[in-house]
Amino acid sequence: MSQLDSEQDVAGVIGRPLDRVDGPLKVTGRARYATERRDGGARPAVGWIVEAAIGHGRIARIDAGRAERAPGVLLVLTHENAAEQTPYGLPEDAGRFTQSRAVLQGNEIRHFGQAVALVVAETLEQARAAAALVEVDYDAESGRYEASPEDEGEIPDSLDGGGQPDLGKGDFDAVLRSAEVSLDQRYTTADQIASAMEPHATEASWRDGKLTLHMSLQILASGKQAIAQTLGIEPERVRILSPFIGGGFGSKLGVHADGVLAALAARELDRPVKVVQHRRNLFFSGPHRGHSSQRIRLGADAEGRLLAIGHDSLQPMARRYQFAEPVASATRASYACDALLTRHRVVPVDRPPIDSMRAPGEAIGTPTFEAAIDEMAEQLGLDPLEFRLRNAPQREPGGGRPFSSRDLERCLKEGAERFGWHERPVRPRSRNDGRWLIGYGMASAVRPNLLMEASARARLGGNGQVVCELDMTDLGTGSYTVLTQIAAETLGVEPQRVTVELGDSDLPQTSGSGGSFGAGTSGSALYRACLALKEELARIACEHADSPLNGCVPDALELAGGRLSGRRADGTAAEAGLDAIAALGGPDGVSAEGSIEAGQDHEDFAQYSYGAQFVELGVDPASGEIRLRRCLGVFSAGRILNAKTARSQLMGGMIYGIGGALFEEAMMDSRRGAFMNRDLAEYHLPVNRDVPDLEVVMLEEPDYRSNPLGSRGIGELGICGIGGAIANAVHNASGVRVRDFPITLDKVLKGLETRV
Amino acid sequence: MRAFTYERAEAAEAAAGRAADPSASFIAGGTNLVDLMKLQVLSPSHLVDVSRLPLDRIEATEEGGLRIGALVTNSALANDERIKATWPLLSRALLSGATAQLRNKATTGGNLLQRTRCYYFYDTTSPCNKREPGSGCGALEGFNRIHAILGASEHCIATHPSDMAVAMVALGAEAETLRPDGRRRRVAVEALHRLPGERPELETVLEPGELIEAVVLPPPPKGRQLYRKVRDRSSYAFALVSVAVALEVEGNAVSSLRLALGGVAHKPWRASRAEAALLGQPATRDSFRAAAEAELAEAVGHGGNDFKLPLARRVIAATLADAAGLTPEAEEGEPV
Repeated sequence: MSQLDSEQDVAGVIGRPLDRVDGPLKVTGRARYATERRDGGARPAVGWIVEAAIGHGRIARIDAGRAERAPGVLLVLTHENAAEQTPYGLPEDAGRFTQSRAVLQGNEIRHFGQAVALVVAETLEQARAAAALVEVDYDAESGRYEASPEDEGEIPDSLDGGGQPDLGKGDFDAVLRSAEVSLDQRYTTADQIASAMEPHATEASWRDGKLTLHMSLQILASGKQAIAQTLGIEPERVRILSPFIGGGFGSKLGVHADGVLAALAARELDRPVKVVQHRRNLFFSGPHRGHSSQRIRLGADAEGRLLAIGHDSLQPMARRYQFAEPVASATRASYACDALLTRHRVVPVDRPPIDSMRAPGEAIGTPTFEAAIDEMAEQLGLDPLEFRLRNAPQREPGGGRPFSSRDLERCLKEGAERFGWHERPVRPRSRNDGRWLIGYGMASAVRPNLLMEASARARLGGNGQVVCELDMTDLGTGSYTVLTQIAAETLGVEPQRVTVELGDSDLPQTSGSGGSFGAGTSGSALYRACLALKEELARIACEHADSPLNGCVPDALELAGGRLSGRRADGTAAEAGLDAIAALGGPDGVSAEGSIEAGQDHEDFAQYSYGAQFVELGVDPASGEIRLRRCLGVFSAGRILNAKTARSQLMGGMIYGIGGALFEEAMMDSRRGAFMNRDLAEYHLPVNRDVPDLEVVMLEEPDYRSNPLGSRGIGELGICGIGGAIANAVHNASGVRVRDFPITLDKVLKGLETRV
Repeated sequence: MRAFTYERAEAAEAAAGRAADPSASFIAGGTNLVDLMKLQVLSPSHLVDVSRLPLDRIEATEEGGLRIGALVTNSALANDERIKATWPLLSRALLSGATAQLRNKATTGGNLLQRTRCYYFYDTTSPCNKREPGSGCGALEGFNRIHAILGASEHCIATHPSDMAVAMVALGAEAETLRPDGRRRRVAVEALHRLPGERPELETVLEPGELIEAVVLPPPPKGRQLYRKVRDRSSYAFALVSVAVALEVEGNAVSSLRLALGGVAHKPWRASRAEAALLGQPATRDSFRAAAEAELAEAVGHGGNDFKLPLARRVIAATLADAAGLTPEAEEGEPV
């Protein structure tokens, strides 16, 4: 059932597989994305980014003369004429999403593809043609573009998500030495790029000193700060609108060159300007995930009890852009041990921003760690499922706190049963289907659960319509829909009577979309706003002279079917519609605000979402090609807010994980710091044919330590672990261990060749 | 994209004449050219649109083959009943290329003339002798995962990306062309593309303005036809190595063989050495492996594409074995 058909259903609307409320807008083209406004305003001029052709050095000469004289060109911005901005990366002590993202300041080239000019013309074609006429000479200097496994690296200030770079317990070296069975392996993962369907894009316009940006952005509040900081204006003069986003995957957490360039050009021209990053720009003018080198060490006793767990990560960090991925975050919470050692190091490089990409940390840390666990199980002669179950921790292995909930083992058992794990080929390379070598693999999924700060406003009009307002965003994930459900259930009205307004920085501030915290955080704020609204309505109902419920006790009122009912002091029954009460509150009805922030439960309890991933695949013994045959994910993420969008999130996560495991690799030519496969023909994401039947199972159990709704983060959970399950299945099928992700056929082939 | 002039050709003879200027270009489906123009990898000053010329028919020839108009789309050709029944190798090759949307636009003639997918050819800030003669080759010591192992030169190691052309070579097809001076000629598809040598910017033997009007398939080769494409994902990716084979076995010996390779060279690669090595030989995994090794005797890797040597060897041998009807290897048997 996808739509509610009776008022009785209202009470259980949270969790229902409600169709996306914004679906009709999207399929009819009425959902307007960043540069798709059609409100009859001035036609925007179009900007095209000219990219630096060196990786490190200086601009020796730039001549925009020919470009300026080209047909249709209105303006060419370079560092020689661009307005002064707050220097890039300042203030240093601010978070990376509120620091200045200045462009075209000075002649320094920080990274390949950096914007060195913006050509603005009447049409895209004119701007693009003129861009080729901008002459730039460079003084190239040798740069540092990659972190090599031999680097020692630096300790970053902190990890994304707030974790400590180094965390451990016990005497790791001594415990590892004493272990009867041990493992010490290095794993590597590739550079990746989010490359969402909708590229980074902005349309900027100024009026009376106020800047309006239609921008594809995940977090509006910090974006507004960053723009104000960059341009040196008050945040109150910036408004960002981002009602619909065509995917972000973390790459739109912060603002990028398109936003700042459009704002600068629009101010110069006193006319709206739009800048849409070309797919090839995204690789440099957007952020990417850095490659990693990871050393994993494990020690166990002969019975398969883990004694020592060590996970060291080394990654590049873009200069003047503090970001370190929490690669070992899941390692800190997965299995019991006596000694733990997790360390993160970074190597400063001359690259574009390296930043969060979907499931930062776990996306590249769980495939490697779960592959190591599989290798260890093999050494121990244990079923990898049994090995994991044997090492279930009672408390968080890293921090020692109790878990708010610990469902990993339930997911593992349920998944094994459903998948038929007991029918797996126990010995590697022992099963065939025609020419294909068949293998099974499994892995755990563990992902920290976060609650951020947010506020929201709910208003009931005299017409009975509920309007919810918050600056939350919807990446296509279903924010509009789950927020509708939360308001409908809390206020006891049908979802059709609820309108959710998102994506406007003038609305109450939230944490936006990211880190799988969006639904829980914004949803909790809205839930509280609705509770406050209900209280206010009850108060008016009982106190207002014209209310049929005048004289009733607010706490004793009942709300059902959109109506309040109660008894007056004289014992007579009374009732009134919510809309009638709202009308008594004033011409705009009644509104109330609510807010949320992490409380003591997030200090006292270790909070994670969990899952178990199972994979069956085939390996071609001649070519090393890998074809997935089926995947099963069993997940526990607290209370499910919408069974349909939750399933889609988990499924999308699994597919993302498949991409990271088998395909995704941004290839950087380290001679000059340039990514070379800058399009979706050569940067490979999985296509339909690469994705087999995916089964998603949710084990639902509300977790009220997480937030008042009982939900936990779900957005990135599906990614976690699946790469490990795939790597383990490749080994089970072919006997080849590939420790370098993505697992492309050449790496499998190398293993197959050495068997001959 | 730079400004250009455009005309729609009403007749083939006029079209050939109009595109004789080296800065002019034909355009048909545009699936490759338009992308390259947007990126300014190619900036023709004049486009001659041949897409409305009456070259979209597939006709039987007196010899028992087919004459395929140059404007027959990849979809129409792949799904033609005669092709599916008699030249299944061609249908399979076509369907393994690009996507349904692209195949609906891409034409037979255009497919033959598509440009390499070398990253350095696409990146206008990189040196590339093919895009800018004399500027050098960025791929030689750069990223060359998808590059050539056969017939390359120090000036260029790019590959030809077509699947269809590989099948055409295996099937012995010929291109019918019309030159600007009005004369027509036939060029074997095998001889249509050049090796890079010192002039990688010259990709075919066609003169400026020479228009491919049709591709003629001779009667089908004897034996079983297969097209095996190995790529980095299961669809919408160019071949790392592809193998087109038509193999007949009589008794236990190879009696007829046509073999061509894709993804390994600047042109669809006719595997003549392997063909010669196998004719009359027993159809066994050993002889297939030996033939693959013979074909690859002079193959050279450039770092990122070193894996193509064992990959090509194994996939050639495995595809020949499939065509010969050998059963999959035993469970613990070694791969061919």
